[in-house]
Amino acid sequence: MSHKRQQVLVGGMPMPGRAERVVKALFLTVICGVVVFPFIGVISTSLASPEEVIRAGGFVMFPTDGIDLSAYRSILSGGTVTQALVVSGFITAVGTTLALFLTCTLGWALSRRGTFGNKPLLLLVLISLLFNPGLIPTYLVVQQFGLLDSLWAVILPVSVSAFNVIVVRAYFAGLPASVLDSARIDGASEWKLFWHIGLPLSKAVVAVVGLFYGVGYWNSFFGALLYLNDSSKWPLQLVLRTYVVNGVEIGAQDLGAAGEALPPQTSIQMAILMISVVPILCVYPFIQRHFAKGVLTGAVKG
Amino acid sequence: MTDTDTAPPPSRNLPIRTRLRRDYAVLLLALPGMLVICAFQYYPLWGNVIAFQDYQPYLGINQSLWTGFENFKTIVDGDPEFLNAVKNTLILTAIQTVIVFPAPIVVALVLHSLLSNRLRQIVQTIIYVPHFMSWVIVVAVFQQVLGGTGMINNWLRGHGYDPIHIIGNVEAFRVLLTSQVMWKDTGWATILFLAVLSQIDRSLYEASAADGAGRWRQTWHITLPGLKPIIILLLILKLGDSLTVGFEQIILQQPAVGQEASEVLDTYVYNNGIIGGDWGVSAAVGLVKSVVALALVLGANKLAHRLGEEGVYRG
Repeated sequence: MSHKRQQVLVGGMPMPGRAERVVKALFLTVICGVVVFPFIGVISTSLASPEEVIRAGGFVMFPTDGIDLSAYRSILSGGTVTQALVVSGFITAVGTTLALFLTCTLGWALSRRGTFGNKPLLLLVLISLLFNPGLIPTYLVVQQFGLLDSLWAVILPVSVSAFNVIVVRAYFAGLPASVLDSARIDGASEWKLFWHIGLPLSKAVVAVVGLFYGVGYWNSFFGALLYLNDSSKWPLQLVLRTYVVNGVEIGAQDLGAAGEALPPQTSIQMAILMISVVPILCVYPFIQRHFAKGVLTGAVKG
Repeated sequence: MTDTDTAPPPSRNLPIRTRLRRDYAVLLLALPGMLVICAFQYYPLWGNVIAFQDYQPYLGINQSLWTGFENFKTIVDGDPEFLNAVKNTLILTAIQTVIVFPAPIVVALVLHSLLSNRLRQIVQTIIYVPHFMSWVIVVAVFQQVLGGTGMINNWLRGHGYDPIHIIGNVEAFRVLLTSQVMWKDTGWATILFLAVLSQIDRSLYEASAADGAGRWRQTWHITLPGLKPIIILLLILKLGDSLTVGFEQIILQQPAVGQEASEVLDTYVYNNGIIGGDWGVSAAVGLVKSVVALALVLGANKLAHRLGEEGVYRG
């Protein structure tokens, strides 16, 4: 044991040896590759020319013939997929707005300690985290409210996540009391405090929670499967299941492009997959920016 | 929630009416959100009474016949389809606890040990992405990669090898489910571990290095003990979820492999009740499942306290 030898410490740990660094580099390259490669394959196939897709027997990793947008053009020309895209857009926009409103108002109210009923209400929210009401009972309630086959059945039941309420509440509770107190002395109403001071000071957490709701609504599959029988109301995820996962053949009629020659099925499938992935990849950098700030993990610790 | 304990003393001595008049605006703000929580989280609990009924949708809860514990016979007598669902659920839970759970800890340890913050951030950015993809997308991507005409099999055929049969293969189904769960969530699950790791006191490492500890011993004696509370907390939560495995993931892939290999408790409730119309029995199974899950969380939390750990809550 060479206790006495002078060591180079980094963050309190001795410098890693060469072997360790090589192993780590390999390990990280592999896990990143496993994540990235499938996406590259999907993008490439959706953009490859029909001839190249047919030649490759389905999948193209690196297209050489140049880019061909015919698959996108055919799914966006007004048929089933276009309609599903509109439905998903509606669910996401309306759902996220509503969910943010409900979550922030409730979070704000719960952050006002010492007000009437504060503790019982908080307890009610916390206890709801511990159990799940169950599939059948929830279905019966949605049915009783007359929401079957309505897009509200996909939106309402998940519009308040108790966890997000707790996250938002923790953030509001941490706002500087002096700012709020001085506004209160100036006669600002509770709503004004919330809307003009609380929310603007909490943009980071509102953004993160909103993006999580947004991604959740965009991805909503189970609620739609359960409550929407009418296939004209199906969101993108259900269409994706039908044509890509279950491999149901897409005809020109489904795409609203009757009479035209369609690109290969694989190209169309990959294009549908891409239009459900791309919006998430677009908002991802915005969510990602806040991870480092520990917005979420900070609140978990209460 | 420790901060509520140190809250400023509420003006308890004021009459309720005065406090209501003072705080009505706050209560009004809480109202819409509380309504949704009550309507979709608490109110449905009442629907569990159909577990004791021969429920018929056209009769509704009020007029369906009460049958006592008749529906629970499926569970008590051990209906083969039900037992199969229990078996599959428990096997998948076991796999997920032993293989899936430790994976992000290993990745987090590697990321934590990186010297370059920039590199760490790049890797994090990449491996978090799959978490934000829906199960439909994950399953579709896996089919494209591993399916009969997918990326890998195309390559294998092109190079003169035999294609591998994974998608739709009953024997490989559990492997497939496990790898999908790992692909989707291993990266994301590192986020909590990394947050905890970044809070471990650096001076502990320095002191141990001065005493001659190498990197392995530091990991074993400082890093892992630092992670212990979060690991226990996550295991408790996992225990509460142990009867819930990947509903969306499985329902999507069930047609390809059949029910015997894929049925779990949640899909059983769905297939048997909402699809099959056997509402009462499904509700009974769902009810027992919820009660057992709650008991598991409370029990595990108590156990954690016995062992001197923080657990999820103090009660």
